[in-house]
Amino acid sequence: MKVRTTLAAIAAVLCMAAASDPAERLTDPAQEARARQIFSEVRCLVCQNESIDDSQAELAHDLRQIVRQQVHAGRSDDQIKAYLVDRYGEFVLLRPTFSPGNAALWAGPFLVVLLGAGLLLVRLRNRAPEPELDAAEDERLQSLQDEQT
Amino acid sequence: MLVEFGAFALALALAFSVLQAGLSAAARVRRSTTLAAAGEGAAVAAFLGVAVAFAVLVHAFVVSDFSVANVAANSHTEKPMLYKVAGAWGSHEGSILLWCLMLTGYGAAAAVLGRGLPRGLRASMVAVQGALGVVFLAYTVFASNPLARLARAPVEGQSLNPLLQDPALAVHPPFLYAGYVGMSVAFSLALAALIEGRVDAAWARWVRPWALAAWSLLTVGITLGSFWAYYELGWGGWWFWDPVENASFMPWLVAAALLHSAVVTEKRGALAGWTVFLAIAAFSFSMLGAFLVRSGVLTSVHAFALDPERGVLLLAILGVTAGAGFSLFAWRAPALSPGGVFAPVSRESALVLNNILLAAATAAVLLGTLYPLIREAVTGEAISVGPPYFNLTFTPLMALLLLILPAGPLLAWKRGDAAGVAQRLWACALLALAVGLAGYALVNPRQALASAGVGLGVWLIAGAAAEILERTRAFRGPAAESWRRLAKLPRGAWGMTLAHLGLGVFVLAAFVETGWRQERAETLPVGGALDLGGYHLVLEGVSAVEGANYDAERGLVRVTRAGQPACIAEPERRAYLADGQTTSEVALCYRGPNHLYVVLGERRGGEAAPVWLVRAYWNPFASLLFLGPAIMALGGLVSLSDRRLRLAAAARRQAEPQPQEQPA
Repeated sequence: MKVRTTLAAIAAVLCMAAASDPAERLTDPAQEARARQIFSEVRCLVCQNESIDDSQAELAHDLRQIVRQQVHAGRSDDQIKAYLVDRYGEFVLLRPTFSPGNAALWAGPFLVVLLGAGLLLVRLRNRAPEPELDAAEDERLQSLQDEQT
Repeated sequence: MLVEFGAFALALALAFSVLQAGLSAAARVRRSTTLAAAGEGAAVAAFLGVAVAFAVLVHAFVVSDFSVANVAANSHTEKPMLYKVAGAWGSHEGSILLWCLMLTGYGAAAAVLGRGLPRGLRASMVAVQGALGVVFLAYTVFASNPLARLARAPVEGQSLNPLLQDPALAVHPPFLYAGYVGMSVAFSLALAALIEGRVDAAWARWVRPWALAAWSLLTVGITLGSFWAYYELGWGGWWFWDPVENASFMPWLVAAALLHSAVVTEKRGALAGWTVFLAIAAFSFSMLGAFLVRSGVLTSVHAFALDPERGVLLLAILGVTAGAGFSLFAWRAPALSPGGVFAPVSRESALVLNNILLAAATAAVLLGTLYPLIREAVTGEAISVGPPYFNLTFTPLMALLLLILPAGPLLAWKRGDAAGVAQRLWACALLALAVGLAGYALVNPRQALASAGVGLGVWLIAGAAAEILERTRAFRGPAAESWRRLAKLPRGAWGMTLAHLGLGVFVLAAFVETGWRQERAETLPVGGALDLGGYHLVLEGVSAVEGANYDAERGLVRVTRAGQPACIAEPERRAYLADGQTTSEVALCYRGPNHLYVVLGERRGGEAAPVWLVRAYWNPFASLLFLGPAIMALGGLVSLSDRRLRLAAAARRQAEPQPQEQPA
């Protein structure tokens, strides 16, 4: 009944967004907004795939408290994230870093565009020259098309 | 007894699938119409076998026959009837049986409706479809039997996960699977075309209706799933870039690319190889989607019914099936004709750009979903890929696609007139710009990105309108003439316009909802109030409610706006009796296209002075988020009903000489 327990665990943390709980909020709305922005980019490590903004898990609660304290203490977003990565590893960031290990991840989609554009250019360049229509032929074609539609 | 009969019918269906593949392949090799007819008969028989097995499973769920292991694990006598029936496909085994039902159903339909196809192509298609049936039915019969009995039947079942007990989610899997598996026909046709070595306009015209049907059904399936997540998970979001969502989104993107490239192949004979590639890829992504979810490889907020041991088997099936398809493609595709030529500015080029950007968007979703797995396997480092990644890759790629979209349908085939298109679209561009700027200047709080998105949505909607105006030559001739043209527009044209319009509506709503959503949460005693988006919400009372299989607390929230009554919201917090889970039942107040979304949270404080955590969201344009995709799916279905798709088949049927038996 492993599956059952997993499901129950998932459901337990699914119930409701948690970060807006008034019991946790910072008093300064600007700081609170900044903290919420950071929450949405930090993973709840024990959850299935949720940010700490959404999760009701105990750990998410603790992480929110850490972030709120540091926001309150005036530390920058980067400092707070660096602190979290030091403690929990890169896994904690929902936005992967721009690092060599993630090069394929970030560049992949845009390489597909370049590749596709390259193939299209080759295809367009290799096309056989088409006979041009002269003005009279153009006119006749236009009248034929008009008749047809 | 009935259950054994169902299991027997399932085994019989496997045998018929083997026959279908064998007979049809032999029919192709020996060019025998008798064998071909036998193969098609086997396809129908395989479908009937699976249908019987499926009916038996549904019956076992309806009568709560707990001697069936699957029923005991997923049903409960006190569950409402809808969820008893839906329980049949709520589990791993049941959902794979549903997959087989769809697969053999599509196979039988393609065999029966395929009369207009060239005989060789048709036999090859039925053979490939049969081979797919063999693979999946063998898995079902030997590794995932939904009709297995328990030695000792329990008195009560373990019930279906309460989160899944929801009308939208009850019908979500059938639509999703109908979409996934519909791609199998495109896959079989693609492989058949590679075997025959010929991809022409007629072939593309044959692929299109199947791809259209599958894409439309998938659109409905994904939208239902998203709507479910929106109101059932209770945190107001509708798309989380979750692996499970991505898994269903990838085949949708590939199918959308296929629909567009098949048009080029049909009208101009070009891109034949690419269209075949997409047809293979669409079903491969469908399998990937279904199996990633079922195998438990991915961690997700809503991965249900997973099973790691069988997951490996499923991934092996995916590898073999997709691998065979792509290998055949690599071997045979270079021989395909490149087709007609086209100028840089032409409908063909626009559709190629569409395909490049859709392919890149698919790559973004695929990388975002699988890269953490790959990186962990290679270097052992764990990373997470969440919504911020998709916002930085997928969103700009799609925005570029949406920017060029309105120009595409206005361009002529072969050689387009850029200046002419610009002339036809400048009014739309101006309108989009004006609305976007107005949104930026007037709506509070000021949101640059959301305003740009609003402009983009208006651009698409206006572009769809411009396309109809262009086709009817409105305002450029007598009105009567325009009306005549409007009445005679083919359904295919309406379908395309509707799909593009629906996309515009969705884009508009997505940016408005994301940019201007408001959230407020407070702990309220009875009589307490909170204000949100101009509305005043008062918690007037909380009562205990007894449901069919749950107990609940139901809040009574009276909502007013400027003193006028707006609505009464009754959110619930439910505790399911069977396994003690709690879920929140959201109350939605529909205010035009906007939603006021109210959630009743946990009870706090002592017995003497209880307070409840009440959370409310103001979600502007939320209804349009789901209306947009519905319009897109409708567009697909309208296009599917186009006379041309049916007439083409009938015309070929008449032109073709009556089949004659050929000596073997």
